[in-house]
Amino acid sequence: MTGFGDVPQRLAGNSYVVDEDSHIAIDQDLARKTGDGKLLVRICPAQVYSENDDGSIGILFAACLECGTCLALASPGVLTWHYPNGGFGIAFREG
Amino acid sequence: MIEKETDDVDADVIVVGGGVAGALCACQIARSGRQVILIERGGQPGSKNLSGGVFYCRVMERIFPDFLEAAPIERHITRNVLCFLNPSSHFCIDSWDRRLADPVNAVTVLRARLDAWLLEKCEEAGVMVMPGVRVDALLTAGDRVTGVRAGTDELRARMVVAADGVNSFIARSAGIRAREPAKNLAVGVKSVIGLPAAVIEDRFRVSGNEGVAYAMVGDCTQGVAGGGFLYTNRESISVGVVMRLDDLDAKGVSSSRIHDHFLAHPAVAPLIKGGELREYGAHLTIENGPAMASHDIARPGLLIVGDAAGFTLNTGLAVRGMDLAAGSALAAARAIDRAFERTDFGQRMADDYRAELDASFVGADMKTYARAPEFLENPRMYEDYGPLLADIFLDILRLDTTPKSRAAAIAAAAFRRSPVTLFQAATDMLKGGRAL
Repeated sequence: MTGFGDVPQRLAGNSYVVDEDSHIAIDQDLARKTGDGKLLVRICPAQVYSENDDGSIGILFAACLECGTCLALASPGVLTWHYPNGGFGIAFREG
Repeated sequence: MIEKETDDVDADVIVVGGGVAGALCACQIARSGRQVILIERGGQPGSKNLSGGVFYCRVMERIFPDFLEAAPIERHITRNVLCFLNPSSHFCIDSWDRRLADPVNAVTVLRARLDAWLLEKCEEAGVMVMPGVRVDALLTAGDRVTGVRAGTDELRARMVVAADGVNSFIARSAGIRAREPAKNLAVGVKSVIGLPAAVIEDRFRVSGNEGVAYAMVGDCTQGVAGGGFLYTNRESISVGVVMRLDDLDAKGVSSSRIHDHFLAHPAVAPLIKGGELREYGAHLTIENGPAMASHDIARPGLLIVGDAAGFTLNTGLAVRGMDLAAGSALAAARAIDRAFERTDFGQRMADDYRAELDASFVGADMKTYARAPEFLENPRMYEDYGPLLADIFLDILRLDTTPKSRAAAIAAAAFRRSPVTLFQAATDMLKGGRAL
């Protein structure tokens, strides 16, 4: 712990313009087959990905910092990921 | 791909992306009297932009002579500290030199503010800035890029500049760039922590608008290739870690936990103590710029600048992105200027761009540091040298009432305990000297 709260608490201090539509989609079967689900949970700095009880992967797209780490590391086809629609998503005030 | 030959254009040039590269390129082209549209996906200019925060800013004098007085910069970096960090020790090289303030060599910046200012400058130069618009694809006619599509809207121009950052969906969707190997990329995870200016000046022994930049390797990333950084802003501190993606994958660790580990490290926690978190962010960065930038950076009607083209360098001590973004923007603007004079936006413009880059510090430094990534892949940098150096100095300094050995004997004993051999260390120093 850093004294600055856990990741969700820290993200709560960020500024976001949340879209209705998710900019991230996952192929659950492929994620299970490749084992990428656990990888995504681990590497995302914003903890967008979580593993559900049934092994499927939950996506909290509204927390996304739009870095692209998940897309760069996931096996091809597992993720459909693009930037949020214009004007939506993270809005850095410091940067 | 939409194929349509038309002379109806909405502007001379469309620039995609409002970071340092896009803004400066747009500004320079507009100053040459061309009509420029700059499209930025952030609703507020600057709101999508994040970097570690040190800008080697001499290049900016060429574009804005009053940059240092007028731009929202944070502190002038006069103190640079390089640390090998271990769990309960560190070994640092601490350099303070006021000559770095005259002329000002590097400044800390917060990109949401800097880039918003740059886009204001663009508007003053006559650029039409369109924020809150995401470009989805390039428009082409045959093999020539003729514009962009954003949702259902199409905008046409004589040529397009892709300045859409490290993920460059434009270069990828146009088939110019394949998926980048994970070892060429790294993720930076950063916190901005607010502290009063007086506390920063006392704590970091800097005065006035001077500031410090720490670069750290070793236990900051728990052995993952990469490092930690800490930069002072006027009234905040930018602190975080950078982790090479292939190694983050291989080591089976969590990126946010490594960030937390670094901030809680006994050598780092006192530096940010009492601060208040202002923002938590992340951004991809390029670990092997020379490899990335050696790919295509142009197509008929298209030039790629900044991070999108791979212009980032990690030289061990300095991680450079913004100055190379600026340099590539200037090179592109000059090539574009000549392309308009000739009305030829094909291969000759691409060749001109390469030639301009090669004639500038951008091309020269990309060549000079071409072997730096390979050198920095050496795991001894992240795992072994920190403990070795700390052990040598500990045994020199520790007096326990037994007779002391001479420094050379202490060092020899430390090498015997370390997985590093003296030969490896000598070779690494030689290689480092050549690569960096």
